[in-house]
Amino acid sequence: MPTVSVGRDRLFKALGRTYTQEEFEVLCFEFGIELDDVTTEKAIIRKEKHLKDETCDEGDEEVIYKIEVAANRYDLLCLEGIARALRIFTGKETTPIFAVSNISAKSMHKMHVKPETAQIRPFVVCAVLRGVTFDEAIYNSFIDLQDKLHQNICRKRTLVAIGTHDLDTLEGPFSYEALPPTEITFVPLKQDKSFRADELMEFYKGDLKLKKFLHIIENSPVYPVIYDNRRTVLSLPPIINGAHSAITLETKNVFIECTATDLTKANIVLNTMVAMFSEYCQKKFEVEPVEVLYPDGKTMVYPDLSVTKMEVPIKEITGPIGISLNETQVVPLLNKMQLQSEKVFADGETKILISVPPTRSDILHARDVVEDVAIAYGYNNIPKTKPKCHTTGGRQPLNRFSDKIRAEVARAGYMEVLTWILGSKEENFKKLNRSDDEKKAVIIGNPRTAEFEVVRTSLLPGLLKTLKHNKDHPRPIKIFEVGDVVTLDETRDVGAANNRRLGVLYCSGSSGFEEILGLAERILKVVKKPHVEVETKLELSHEPEFFLDRQRSIMFSGRCIGKLGVIHPLVSWEGFDISDPCSFLEINIEALL
Amino acid sequence: MAEEAVLGFLQTNDQISDSHQFAASVGVGHTELENVIKSLKGFEIVDAQEITRESWVLTEEGKKYMVNGSPEALFFSAIPPEGISRNILKEKLGIETFDIGSKAAAKNKWIAFEKDLVKRKVESVEDEVKNLLTRINNGEVVSDQVINDLKRRKLIVKQTWKGYSLKRGPKYVSKRKKAATDLTREHIVSGDWKNLEFKEYNVNAEAPAIQVGYLHSLLEVHEEIQNIFLQMGFEEMPTNNFVESSFWNFDALFQPQQHPARDSHDTFFLETADRTKDLPEDYLEKVKRVHEFGGYGSKGYGYDWKRDEAEKNLLRTHTTAVSTRMLFALAQQETFTPKRYYSIDRVFRNEAVDRTHLAEFHQIEGVICDRGLTLGDLIGVLEDFFSRLGMSKLRFKPAYNPYTEPSMEIFSYHDGLQKWVEVGNSGMFRPEMLLPMGLPEDVNVIAWGLSLERPTMILYGISNIRDLFGPKVDFNLIKNNPICRLGI
Repeated sequence: MPTVSVGRDRLFKALGRTYTQEEFEVLCFEFGIELDDVTTEKAIIRKEKHLKDETCDEGDEEVIYKIEVAANRYDLLCLEGIARALRIFTGKETTPIFAVSNISAKSMHKMHVKPETAQIRPFVVCAVLRGVTFDEAIYNSFIDLQDKLHQNICRKRTLVAIGTHDLDTLEGPFSYEALPPTEITFVPLKQDKSFRADELMEFYKGDLKLKKFLHIIENSPVYPVIYDNRRTVLSLPPIINGAHSAITLETKNVFIECTATDLTKANIVLNTMVAMFSEYCQKKFEVEPVEVLYPDGKTMVYPDLSVTKMEVPIKEITGPIGISLNETQVVPLLNKMQLQSEKVFADGETKILISVPPTRSDILHARDVVEDVAIAYGYNNIPKTKPKCHTTGGRQPLNRFSDKIRAEVARAGYMEVLTWILGSKEENFKKLNRSDDEKKAVIIGNPRTAEFEVVRTSLLPGLLKTLKHNKDHPRPIKIFEVGDVVTLDETRDVGAANNRRLGVLYCSGSSGFEEILGLAERILKVVKKPHVEVETKLELSHEPEFFLDRQRSIMFSGRCIGKLGVIHPLVSWEGFDISDPCSFLEINIEALL
Repeated sequence: MAEEAVLGFLQTNDQISDSHQFAASVGVGHTELENVIKSLKGFEIVDAQEITRESWVLTEEGKKYMVNGSPEALFFSAIPPEGISRNILKEKLGIETFDIGSKAAAKNKWIAFEKDLVKRKVESVEDEVKNLLTRINNGEVVSDQVINDLKRRKLIVKQTWKGYSLKRGPKYVSKRKKAATDLTREHIVSGDWKNLEFKEYNVNAEAPAIQVGYLHSLLEVHEEIQNIFLQMGFEEMPTNNFVESSFWNFDALFQPQQHPARDSHDTFFLETADRTKDLPEDYLEKVKRVHEFGGYGSKGYGYDWKRDEAEKNLLRTHTTAVSTRMLFALAQQETFTPKRYYSIDRVFRNEAVDRTHLAEFHQIEGVICDRGLTLGDLIGVLEDFFSRLGMSKLRFKPAYNPYTEPSMEIFSYHDGLQKWVEVGNSGMFRPEMLLPMGLPEDVNVIAWGLSLERPTMILYGISNIRDLFGPKVDFNLIKNNPICRLGI
């Protein structure tokens, strides 16, 4: 979930009142956001620099609220959006109506898209904010929102990248092109010398913030770039803007471009930007459109700030919640959630006509409206009922059977442990004196550490590891685990299958082979079904994890369902640092079910 | 024998003033006597007062001097009247005796060095050190000055002497009956138990540990939660399939392909068994369409859905992948039947491991599928479920989850911690998830999930998850945890 940092005092000013922290937490809880942390800029800087108290002079003592918001609410990623949503939720104001200014096609700014962009980043959408008044706080919020959008819906700029510019430093029409890197030269933001695009990419490999975006275009023969009429570079998306058109506190007219590989998300991002900051325009909530001309002659005008109309019967809203409200009761609830609504009569029934504003891209279905009504009504006010369906409880036979085996082994005096399914290749193969088993195992493609490289194919490594960490425990140590191993299996849709196993490890001053053997015989005895004759026997085996001939295969109806033996010192001592002799038993429980 | 001696002596005498002297006089070791005294004292047969005294005893070196004489005396007597060369003397005495003896003898002004020659300065000497050591060994008192000198030469050390003075106790008898320690078969059969005196049991003593087996604490909690589900009419789902396709884990749940949970930073993707070969084609087509264009009343996500992404195998990130398969199977039935399903099993997240996070943990999941279910039903069933877990004070917070709408986070008031803690997530599955499966339009599915580890850690006050689960588990924790009383 994204977290947004906002100055508490600015937030309360925007909300038109102050709250105690408890009051504000209650409001957040009801609305579905969370006050995650209360801190100060000074404390944040201290933390980043790992400084002790009192040794930091930077930053001020303004209280900062870190607010966690839902991952699909891009309209809540800045102070302006949170404050607006809460003002509307508390009935202080109504949802703004966003307008696209009515200007002639001729006076509209134009963005020409060149065909080469299709190779790398095919979409661009733009808009202009006129007569914006920035102060330092607004400016910071404007930059932070772009950051938050880039981190979230833009998937670290892969899907969408935002560029914002001081329009008065530029001259339209604009062009969106894709050129070989060697043909692009400009002064990037925060630099004072000119770079060629390929050199710039090399330069940014040392930049902590920007280096993680380089991969998006690095290997492409052409880089996306936006020029104005004088061939000034606006931006090299998704990496960096040009220095020339940088926004300052004095900027009045802002040109916003979003380049993208996903047009739906580009529109959401552009709409979020303009819906949040058109609040500071001379004409509040009015946005100037930009025409985008594609090489095939198609033209589009952005932004699209139209509201989406939804007609929903009242039952479809109140039914899934389990409350009985009429239309006149539901409409104000919807209005609290920025969904301007009215009662209409259509198709012979009364329905609710809902206007979904461009800021609410999360509303995909009438069910999303249901949630908003439930929130406005208060989750904790909904009458509690019980599902009426009659069903009967039941267990999975394999799991029930496994529990029986667990109880049987515990009754024999063994201690149950619970180990990880994932382990290192070394533990699963080499340390077990095995080399060729990798062909049967599920190997992890992207392990974070060597601890999680392979899905276990035996319970042995987990038990040995557990023993290793409890070496000093009094002998004998008798531990067991019932759990699943996974092996490749061509007969399954996913190509792998679980297998339920019992693993038992005995460790003492002597090998304990008889102990393990006795337990194996006990298990085979108790799993017998009445009136069913099954032949069980032990055969000499030759497994590398066991020592010499001190090992057996367990044969059940002519099929090998397990093994037992004295652990080879190469495994216990060299592999797992255990100096006492150990014996191990592993049985495929599924085969006994 | 020692006991008889003590009791006999006290019969005619008022007290034994020093147990050491007494032990020596009757010829028993003091340790043996001490044991007798403790036993008699325990039965109040004698009154024993502890007395301590400090005394000086000889070190090994001191004992050697006492027997052989001090090095300075040895040194002196080795010098013939005419004197002797140093080297010869050194050879004669050995280097140690020579060194110590020459210094001490010189200090006593017994001898003089003339060039290489050592000569007597006095006619004869008295070996004072030997005499003093002998006196100390005999327990005689000597002056502090002497003690300090000998202590400095490490010839004597201080020893604290402990003994007892004894008097008759309130239950004094001249001869004690022999008490039996345990009731035996012989006692019972012969009838001896009637006349025998039995030793009193020390009821405060801890019994030696008994040999038993143990079940793992986390799985004990697992069992009780499972019982709650069963009592509430839930049927267990088959969750023994850790390898799952992205399709069943994400796509079928209407989780878009760009969702951050599908990132390699969060999910384990695979190198072998890396792709799924078999997906239900008709259903897959419907899932693709609902992602791309919506339908069923939805506008969809409006992006290019890729089969390639859906085919990627992974280690399931939630058991909801199994619930999805179950609901799909249910939708394929000819007539719809309501179901309550549960599961408690392992899920995997590609996360950094710390005190509260593991790369694998257990998810508890409950799912109810029926016509016309409501959010009120979900709240009602959650109150029922959690109150059986001992959490009766719940409240719900709006939340976001790609496959549920409405979604609710579940908070419970924890009396011990005196605050609201998040205990789980819940919601109603989205129509975009259920309708492509073919479930009837009026069927709703309510579901909730939580981890098994978190409530267990709170229950047993465990702060580091690795003490509970995994190879670093503490055996003593498994051995000492009380039985799980959830649901009782």
